[in-house]
Amino acid sequence: MKNFFRTLFLIILLAGSHYNSYAAEKAEYIKTDWSFKGLFGKFDRASLQRGYQVYTEVCSSCHSMKYLSYRNLAEKGGPEFSEVQVKAIAASFEVKDGPNADGEMFTRPGKLSDKFVMPYENIKAAQAANGGAYPPDMSVLVKARGGGVDYIYSLLQGYEDPPAGVTLDEGVYYNKYMYGNKIKMANQLSDGLVEYSDGTNATVEQMSKDVTTFLMWAAEPHLEARHQMGFKAIFYLIILTTLVYFSMKRIWSRIETKV
Amino acid sequence: MSDHDYTPKSKVGKWFNDRLPLLTLANHLTDYPTPKNLNYWWTFGGILTFCLITQIVTGLVLAMHYIAHADMAFDSVEHIMRDVNYGWLIRYIHANGASMFFLAVYIHIFRSLFYGSYKAPREIIWIIGIIIYLLMMAAAFMGYVLPWGQMSFWGATVITNLFSAIPLIGEGIVTWLWGGYSVDNPTLTRFFTLHYLIPFLILGLVVLHIWALHVPGNNNPVGIDIKKPSKDTVPFHPYIVIKDGFALLMFMIVFAFFVFYTPNILGHADNYIEADPLVTPAHIVPEWYLLPFYAILRSVPDKLLGVVAMLSAILILAALPWLDTSKIRSAVFRPLYKQFYWILVADVLILGYVGAMPAEGLYLLIARVATAYYFLHFLIILPVLGFKEKTLPIPLSITEPILGGSPNLATAKNKESLNN
Repeated sequence: MKNFFRTLFLIILLAGSHYNSYAAEKAEYIKTDWSFKGLFGKFDRASLQRGYQVYTEVCSSCHSMKYLSYRNLAEKGGPEFSEVQVKAIAASFEVKDGPNADGEMFTRPGKLSDKFVMPYENIKAAQAANGGAYPPDMSVLVKARGGGVDYIYSLLQGYEDPPAGVTLDEGVYYNKYMYGNKIKMANQLSDGLVEYSDGTNATVEQMSKDVTTFLMWAAEPHLEARHQMGFKAIFYLIILTTLVYFSMKRIWSRIETKV
Repeated sequence: MSDHDYTPKSKVGKWFNDRLPLLTLANHLTDYPTPKNLNYWWTFGGILTFCLITQIVTGLVLAMHYIAHADMAFDSVEHIMRDVNYGWLIRYIHANGASMFFLAVYIHIFRSLFYGSYKAPREIIWIIGIIIYLLMMAAAFMGYVLPWGQMSFWGATVITNLFSAIPLIGEGIVTWLWGGYSVDNPTLTRFFTLHYLIPFLILGLVVLHIWALHVPGNNNPVGIDIKKPSKDTVPFHPYIVIKDGFALLMFMIVFAFFVFYTPNILGHADNYIEADPLVTPAHIVPEWYLLPFYAILRSVPDKLLGVVAMLSAILILAALPWLDTSKIRSAVFRPLYKQFYWILVADVLILGYVGAMPAEGLYLLIARVATAYYFLHFLIILPVLGFKEKTLPIPLSITEPILGGSPNLATAKNKESLNN
């Protein structure tokens, strides 16, 4: 019995370790304590709100977030802005709508149900404006990168002067966490770039952490619900398993064989 | 005890049972005499049934919200993750369920290998099992294509391109599979259709698998034929039902841990990037459960021979009942086979590991050695071992003492198998 679970555990470990093996090629990520990790992990509400501010003021000029709607900003488990705040946020964007009764397209202020307004009309326009590189959509970006949040957090702080012998083309920057170290996005963050309304000091590190937290939520909007349900489900399963174990022992005690 | 003399007690029951003997079937299933020494490795049959049902039920719900179109598939998956009520839960159960399914099936297969469950009179059960396993791989592969991420697209491209290795008609077959000149919308829609169909084929085969099992009855850790019913057996209900139930709950705890706490660890990050025919990922790797075969495929320098090697690696299993010439089933009484068994387990794990690595340098060398050993095990070692190996004395029954040989050693062995 003991052997059995040891083996099972080993198999799971082996199975899970395959995909982490490529990470070894890159620099060690900068570590920070994420509030949303662990069995009871939750988002830091204030950090999410600050992260949204960084996204809107910095990232959103190039990066879209096409799977998010403004209503999400007020939903449980997210930044949880008040509905009034989110309505104001949505209304501050111009949304293209139509056609109207005359067959014309028109613009109107955004509503809660609108998706986040895209910075570019289409991928080609985005590429044209960014030296041929398409700034990836950020909705699921954290899940689309091997190192996840640690990678994004490190990348934002990983800009350096290239080491001797590395020449960079025009519009290419050196980042020690980027795959191949060459990145077409210039360093975006500098201390004091945004002014946080809650008075938090906007260091590069702080902004990186806030915006990465925001991106994690954007990629996994139901993370908190998942953690809560997971705890309940596993707790329930453990109790049930224990009860079934004793029932099993009792039933099998009728015959002379161990289980 | 026997199902032949079963008569329902109630009049209505008898009336119904005379017309459709469902109650006889239920009686057979509950009374089914099962060896009482089955260890926990035998609980994976029930666990696999649970996995199949879970995949079908969650898949059904996902199919209600998923859109099988190259332009909308990725979006619809995000719609499921964000806006469908508990869509994230259903999808994570389905995605991790595939991994759990394969984890269980590998344990199930290796249990058969250890205890010789594939040997006469259980060859048909075994072969049906191999067909189920092949269908599972097909279903899993096509399912992985459906989210239309980068790994979906490029995995589909690599795997379907394997058919181009067939001389003369290969290219034509690939075009026919794709429904065009590259992996595109027609490929996606047909994969979706087949992905929906295959689980029901598997379900049918599972019925046959269990039916074929119920003819000779279960093998057991001692590997001997037992009289049924006898004091060596227990009725399936409640003894095996509760034991399978307990093991299933343990399995569900592991399953739940993946679903709720690390739902993406078994997948590849690139599959959260929408498919782009113009950008090839740095490393194209299949899901973990296909890696050993992927390693075999890549270890052969010639494309056609690589495909042949990969397919042979699976199909060779179907010939196993005849390749293994030993009359003794359980490895407990086969000291040499036991060692080769564990080498094979290590060999397959190594193949899985190098399958995830780039096919170059040392990794490629290891893959080649491991591939060669895999075939060596089945084609040379097993047939020869049956003639050369000096096996340990086997007991006459599960409860009765051993015949001949050193009683102490044999008793110890027997005990070990019972307590396993």
